[in-house]
Amino acid sequence: MAKIIYIEHNGKEHVAEVQNGLTVMEGAVQNDIPGIDADCGGSMSCATCHVYVKEDWYDKLPKKEMGEDDMLDQAYEPNSNSRLSCQISISDDLDGLKVYMPEKQV
Amino acid sequence: MIKTDVVIVGAGPTGLFCAHQLGIIGLKCEIVDNLDKIGGQCIELYPDKPIYDIPAVPECTGEELTNNLIEQIKPFNFNFHLNDRVQELRKENDNWIVKTTNGKEFNTPNVVIAGGVGSFEPRKFPTKSVERFDGKNVLYSIKDKSIFKDKSVAIFGGGDSALDWAIELSNTSKVSLIHRRDEFRGAPASVKKIKELSEKNIINLFTRHSIKDVKGNGSLEEVEIKSEEGESKILKADYVLGFFGLIMQLGPIAEWGLNLDKKAIPVNTENFETNKKGIFAIGDICSYPGKLKLILSGFHEGALAARGCFKYARPNEKYRFEFTTASNTIKDRLGVK
Repeated sequence: MAKIIYIEHNGKEHVAEVQNGLTVMEGAVQNDIPGIDADCGGSMSCATCHVYVKEDWYDKLPKKEMGEDDMLDQAYEPNSNSRLSCQISISDDLDGLKVYMPEKQV
Repeated sequence: MIKTDVVIVGAGPTGLFCAHQLGIIGLKCEIVDNLDKIGGQCIELYPDKPIYDIPAVPECTGEELTNNLIEQIKPFNFNFHLNDRVQELRKENDNWIVKTTNGKEFNTPNVVIAGGVGSFEPRKFPTKSVERFDGKNVLYSIKDKSIFKDKSVAIFGGGDSALDWAIELSNTSKVSLIHRRDEFRGAPASVKKIKELSEKNIINLFTRHSIKDVKGNGSLEEVEIKSEEGESKILKADYVLGFFGLIMQLGPIAEWGLNLDKKAIPVNTENFETNKKGIFAIGDICSYPGKLKLILSGFHEGALAARGCFKYARPNEKYRFEFTTASNTIKDRLGVK
């Protein structure tokens, strides 16, 4: 279980307790947190669960797998802090993780 | 004006199987899709990915599934209208007049929306100032490459479209290629070619850069790009091309007066009709209690929606349920003995 802090582009914070094994994307969808669309449902086929993670947390996350950066090329305003939230699996280590949502996903 | 029993919006697996069910019960349909090929998300997003939950098919790819569905509806000779998008729905007497972006018009008692998460559209530049050049100097697809001859062209993106066009246009234009990172997702041979062209100064390559602004009075003159560190550069550009893949947008569907629940259309589960008479929604785009976004659910929804269409297409006939194994009428429709 980890507490994940989702921050909308306008600064509004949402906190969710997310079970281990789920993804950061699923945590948002299950808790009706706006800002993450997840059109493809987590199959890494779209780029609508895009989030930014600041350096302090970015380096602690499991590394990107093949294909995530390719998908991120197709996201809205990706930068070097970008991740797809469907590719971040929750574990106790991520307790307190902050993810920042882009202005929009599509 | 094309008169038909049903217009299906979306040629993904759900739309295709609904067409099959319409053919089986003796109705005609026309299928419209925004993509240039049949198959929807299966073909656009995951043609090579195996799917494991199609009943009685232990494993197949998106492309195989699509090909089999196309094969299955071949006997009915339905028309596909690809590269086209349903723009407008208007009620005329008991029928719907359906207009597409390319100016086609249908007159039909039934419309089945099998639109997935919406239509695939090119992702555009995030920069607001770019919009005023949209469709003129800022393009997301190329119809006529001759317009770029002897011009300066700034191409953004790192996939095959961006690389292929950069290589192609470098023969006749001054090309800059701008990408947000050092790695490209295009074919290795194209990446190699781009690097060669860059070393020979035939292409100006800027990695770890993105668009910042565009400048020009009336027509485009310059594009400003910024590096990851925030440093700006100005490039001369008569045209700016963006190839960032496709996104799915609900698009005109949102304008048709249908009830919407987030990005989905609520339906009843008896025949998947929406709040508008004669308009049905099936597959990922519909919502009802217990909805599962599985292809098999879309098949079920399409079969029931087809029977719903029968009522309006043949108001004076009574629908008769028949099995394909036993019915000679159905066998005739399928052209089998």
